Amino acid sequence: MNFNLNPNLSQKIAYTFLAMATIIVIVPVLTVIFIIVKNGWSALSWEFLTTMPTDGMRAGGILPAIIGTLAIVSCAICITLPIGVCAAIYLNEYAKDNLLTRIIKLAIVNLAGVPSVVYGLFGLGVFVMLLDFGVSIIAGALTLSIMELPVIITTARGALNSVPYQFREASWSLGVSKWQTIRRVVLPNALPGIMTGAILSISRISGETAPILFTAAAFYVPHLPQSPFDQVMALPYHLYIISTQIPNMPKNIIFGTALVLLLMVLSMSLIAIIARIYFRKIRKW
Amino acid sequence: MVTKENDKITVENLNCFYSGKQVLKNLNLTVEKNEILSIIGPSNSGKTSFLRTLNRMNDMNVNFSREGNIYLDKENIFDMNPEKLRTRVGMLFAMPIPLPMSIYDNIAYAPRVLGLKNRKNMDEVVEQSLKDAYLWDEVKDRLNASAIKMSGGQQQRLCIARILAIEPEVILFDEPCSGLDPISTAKVEEAMLKLKQKYTIVLVTNNVKQASRVGTRTAFFLMGELVEVDTTKKIFVSPQNKKTEDYITGRFG
Repeated sequence: MNFNLNPNLSQKIAYTFLAMATIIVIVPVLTVIFIIVKNGWSALSWEFLTTMPTDGMRAGGILPAIIGTLAIVSCAICITLPIGVCAAIYLNEYAKDNLLTRIIKLAIVNLAGVPSVVYGLFGLGVFVMLLDFGVSIIAGALTLSIMELPVIITTARGALNSVPYQFREASWSLGVSKWQTIRRVVLPNALPGIMTGAILSISRISGETAPILFTAAAFYVPHLPQSPFDQVMALPYHLYIISTQIPNMPKNIIFGTALVLLLMVLSMSLIAIIARIYFRKIRKW
Repeated sequence: MVTKENDKITVENLNCFYSGKQVLKNLNLTVEKNEILSIIGPSNSGKTSFLRTLNRMNDMNVNFSREGNIYLDKENIFDMNPEKLRTRVGMLFAMPIPLPMSIYDNIAYAPRVLGLKNRKNMDEVVEQSLKDAYLWDEVKDRLNASAIKMSGGQQQRLCIARILAIEPEVILFDEPCSGLDPISTAKVEEAMLKLKQKYTIVLVTNNVKQASRVGTRTAFFLMGELVEVDTTKKIFVSPQNKKTEDYITGRFG
């Protein structure tokens, strides 16, 4: 037989294309990180992280923005995690497979695809105006938690599903009720997956701008937040302001702010990865 | 319903369906106190479906439906609280399923959840259950080790011990030795014969020889129907039905 195509050659071509696709994926990420670190490194200092901005944001630190983001995000996760996990337990363990359940599941999938600015407008209409929370931490947190609910529910359902069905059967067969089985067997074993999902959610919502734009974030607040009903500065919005709204902004402060935001998000992801490795190691089945 | 003093379980006109497909047809059967009733039959004959109906594990399957009644000590099990029923009718699955916790916690799990709080009592319950399942000597020094790391035979005996800890009246064995080697099988069978003195046992098995070794009586299921039930000796020496004879002599199945 005489083949015209050399199998080694086609193998090499395929290999090159696949490797290049992979490189194309990581190059932009690394470039972004490189540029931000290079330009922002000089702004980073203890003072930058712990003082108020001065001179119309052109000098001083970004403390209120950091505090504001931490406040909004921690409130949001405290709201969304319990509700999301409970909904996931209901859908996964209790809900009968009927039309209503299928509609709910479809709604969750679709909610995850709604653009975040739409959630921002929804938050403005419902939490800020209708419920009269005003532009505040609580309104922003509620908006973010509604945005993150579908993601939390989906990851929590995945974690619950990964607990083998036989564990439930073994427990039921001993006369243990469904709820006790969930509490004593299913949840403890699903917890690592749920926690990893939650940490990734935290990192995702820390960087969101659109949902807090109309609901929580302020251009400038001269003091730190005193109550959940205060307006706050937030890192992503602050970054947007100083890069577009303020003339003669020193470049290193812009990149320094971006670097702080990036470090917050990346460290969350890192914690999630470490937690996953750890839990996989101690998993008993 | 006609029940004799010695009947533990009475099954009356039981029909079972999965998604409308009939898997058990008009079943009438009694299980007597302190006997081992072994159920033999080819795959798809409804043995496991029958077993899972006895402790209402089938209730967990939304596609399952049934007609007819089952009485445990003259009380209709379908009128009972299913959790309560399962503490009286324990079940051992084909594959050993230890829960992902320590050996001790596996045994203590159900008693703890069901309300036995006292630690000292719990130690006794764990020790006695493991002894009754012929496992105590092998694990007494490592009760806090993970149950997942035990061998298959040990895991299955652990599952027996776990059932004994809730002190049921009836134990259902669903092909308990299908994944075990002959030595582990012998140990499980030894435990079963001992348990007969205290418990009523229903054993589903694909292993005809196992039925002949441990069964007090033997029932033969085929295509969802009870073909024949009698003392094990009679079934194996002079079966009334031709199909039973064909099955136990290995002509089909």
